Amino acid sequence: MPSLPLALARAQDEPLWTFHGGIHVPDEKALSNAEPIEPLPLPARLVIPLQQHIGAPARPLVAVGDRVLKGQLIGAPEGYVSAPVHASSSGRVAAIEEHPVAHPSNLSAPCIIIETDGEDTWAKLPEPLTHYAQLDPAELRERIRWAGIVGMGGASFPASVKLSPGADQRIRTLIINGAECEPYISCDDRLMRERAGRILEGVRIMRHLLGAERAIVGIEDNKPEAIEAMRLALADSDMDPWTRIQAIPTLYPSGGEKQLIRILTGAEVPTRGIPAQIGIVCHNVGTAAAVADAVLDGRPLIARLVTVTGRAIAHPRNLEVPIGTPAEALINHCGGYREPPRKLLCGGPMMGFTLEHIEAPITKALNCLLALTPAETPDPGAARACIRCGRCADVCPANLLPQQLYWYSRSRDFDRVQDYNLFDCIECGCCAQVCPSHIPLVQYYRFAKQTIWAREREKRQSELARQRHAAKQERLERAERERQARLRQKQAAVAKPAANGAAPDAAGGADPRQAAIAAARERAAARKQAQATTTATAEEAPKE
Amino acid sequence: MSISIASSPHVARVNRVDRVMLQVLAGLAPGVLALTVFFGWGVLINIALAVVFAVLIETAFLLARRRPVLPAIGDLSAVVTAVLFAISVPPALPWWLTLLGMLFAIALVKQLYGGLGYNPFNPAMAAYVFLLVSWPVPMTTWLPPAMLAEHALSFGESLQLIVSGALPTGLDWDAISAATPLDAMRTQLDEHLSIEVIRQSPLWGLVGGRGWEWVGVAFLLGGLYLLWRRTITWHIPLAMLASLGALATLFWAIDPQSHPSPFFHLFSGAAMLGAFFIATDPVTASTTRRGQLIYGAIIGATVFVIRTWGGYPDAVAFAVLLMNIAAPTIDYYTQPRAFGHSRGRT
Ligand code: SF4
Ligand code: SF4
Repeated sequence: MPSLPLALARAQDEPLWTFHGGIHVPDEKALSNAEPIEPLPLPARLVIPLQQHIGAPARPLVAVGDRVLKGQLIGAPEGYVSAPVHASSSGRVAAIEEHPVAHPSNLSAPCIIIETDGEDTWAKLPEPLTHYAQLDPAELRERIRWAGIVGMGGASFPASVKLSPGADQRIRTLIINGAECEPYISCDDRLMRERAGRILEGVRIMRHLLGAERAIVGIEDNKPEAIEAMRLALADSDMDPWTRIQAIPTLYPSGGEKQLIRILTGAEVPTRGIPAQIGIVCHNVGTAAAVADAVLDGRPLIARLVTVTGRAIAHPRNLEVPIGTPAEALINHCGGYREPPRKLLCGGPMMGFTLEHIEAPITKALNCLLALTPAETPDPGAARACIRCGRCADVCPANLLPQQLYWYSRSRDFDRVQDYNLFDCIECGCCAQVCPSHIPLVQYYRFAKQTIWAREREKRQSELARQRHAAKQERLERAERERQARLRQKQAAVAKPAANGAAPDAAGGADPRQAAIAAARERAAARKQAQATTTATAEEAPKE
Repeated sequence: MSISIASSPHVARVNRVDRVMLQVLAGLAPGVLALTVFFGWGVLINIALAVVFAVLIETAFLLARRRPVLPAIGDLSAVVTAVLFAISVPPALPWWLTLLGMLFAIALVKQLYGGLGYNPFNPAMAAYVFLLVSWPVPMTTWLPPAMLAEHALSFGESLQLIVSGALPTGLDWDAISAATPLDAMRTQLDEHLSIEVIRQSPLWGLVGGRGWEWVGVAFLLGGLYLLWRRTITWHIPLAMLASLGALATLFWAIDPQSHPSPFFHLFSGAAMLGAFFIATDPVTASTTRRGQLIYGAIIGATVFVIRTWGGYPDAVAFAVLLMNIAAPTIDYYTQPRAFGHSRGRT
């Protein structure tokens, strides 16, 4: 597609850019966006999953029976791409066990279960870092990492990692995602309306950490109040010279990270790459506010805003919820169901997944509980054959050919499907929404991706095994050669006792040690490779 | 409470195959009306017969393949095929040729390949060409437009002609049949008559054959309706008409006495019908937008070449079938540049 700047008649704004495709969906925000943020009463039980982020799960730091305080670290990060978890309220650890969680797979995962005591007693929190500008960035980063902040728009990638670009990556632009392009969801909208100043504080901290020249907050123009509130807060601050609040046309999925970057800067994140490669880092407004909480108040991420909405909910609301609260409690607080929902979703209707277990807890990345009536989410009926009409390709924001991806996913031609750039698919669902044959296209793409990942993992594992086997073989052979050499030398020494000293023996003795070092090196390399694999996989996981 | 689990997205779907097909049928309505006005009841009788045959044959095949019948019939694709076929053939075609055509289109070209979406060739056009090659005489025996006809066939007469082949008493084929304008133009050009001379015959209207040109206009209107409803995109029709028009203009400008005007080409034969309703059959056309421009343009050029130098007066069916073969290759080489990829093809 030609890169045409969209000259919008907004005097103070810089030109905006467009991405290919996208769709207009009824935004349904009016159901919930007039509801101010309301704290949810503390539940009797908190279920805190050890993994609420992309990366390695946290390691529990408490034992069953322990008393914990609000904000206390209860799970430590394991490795670089990981995040800690904290107790969202005070109480007693009742269990550490598998519990149903909100995850597309709807499987169970290890959780720390806390029986709250109702006192909500705070643990001793670290000092506020109000003077962060004078601090070593490493200390600031450590604070953000400690607070367990992850991408709060749904991506759930540890924020501290995204705030630590490599030495070779100069970050010019910090983009703050307030697009909230998924229909129904309004918690970011409310956050911007009610806590614009907090968000901007977070922006200031992040910009400082990244050394970025400018920050742009992108907000879809169906949220005029949020835009206004953010602009007022900006006018109140000294951040105006380098911060811009930018209204963007409402078009799903403009809140996708790559799409938003494109709209605001005209740049395209290279395929399989990350924004940092083109000097950009993108964070959600909720993440910015959480960063401000952590740095300026020393508060870890133990609560988040959740929109509870859909026409099946009696009273849709925006709730501030302690992490670990069972989904059920939120729905009950909103008056329960007005009519039986056909689907209960985590996230929005375009990319959300069905929640099977209503006792699953709210996690850091869960922004919406959506209970849809049969009228809102009608049964698309049986899929028909693809008629190759190309409507899907017209709306694909990644500019792919979804019909071809479908064809080859279905025929399990996984080489061809990658030729057609399967891995650039962001699973936004635009294609499926317009498909006249009602083919569940995204399901096919997920299936294809998972199969390819599984195969690659298998291949890597067998390759590793092969390497290990070869190394072992080589070690054994070398040991055998050395033994033979020693034997020969010994025989020679016996034959000519006066000619040679003890030297060969010493040299021979050094070799096993070297072999051990080599083996250790190999093991380390294998470990590194395995780690690299998990990281790569994590980064490709669908975002927002 | 039963909560249904399905992959995202969870919103209502905005399109439906049967609605798409209904739109196509609605788009065909003006053309069908014009054809009926100028060529009589035979047009409607042919359509009715073809639709009944198509539905029956498809049902039989689905039953034999143990596939659910209703969804496949309900998608209306067989009906569209039947109508496209019926309006392409002469209005007095014997019924058994329509039956053969539908057998060929639905059974062989569509169902044997796996049904809608899997057929590499446009079923209606494949059937048309099959019959044209095997039964050239009835397939080229057209009626004259109403204003030129000595005797307008009544409904009963048309039905009788189609069902039993019996002509109304006192009439013979010569009396009721006439060459199509494309045919007439060709024969006379072959006799080295100049366009000026040829056009003196009462067969001609403003730009093309009398009556015929208005059929073209009607299909154009229907096509614009499809564009407006976004049932089709502009790529294939525009490319096809533009390339046909451009080539025609070129040769007409060089030698206006032996090449008819571009308007003649655009409003004769199946040009408009082909551009908006046949070449745009999504299943068998190129699916990338860039590919569709190429696809349409080559069809337009092929039509011109066959009309001017080839062995058949009209060529839309041949051109479309030819490009059906090329569509997958065109698709492969015209993939759009995916987001985040460099400009060169990956
Ligand atoms: S929209 Fe559906 S039917 Fe049309 S080409 Fe895409 S996948 Fe096929
Ligand atoms: S889900 Fe994938 S293929 Fe479909 S429109 Fe979105 S990016 Fe394109």
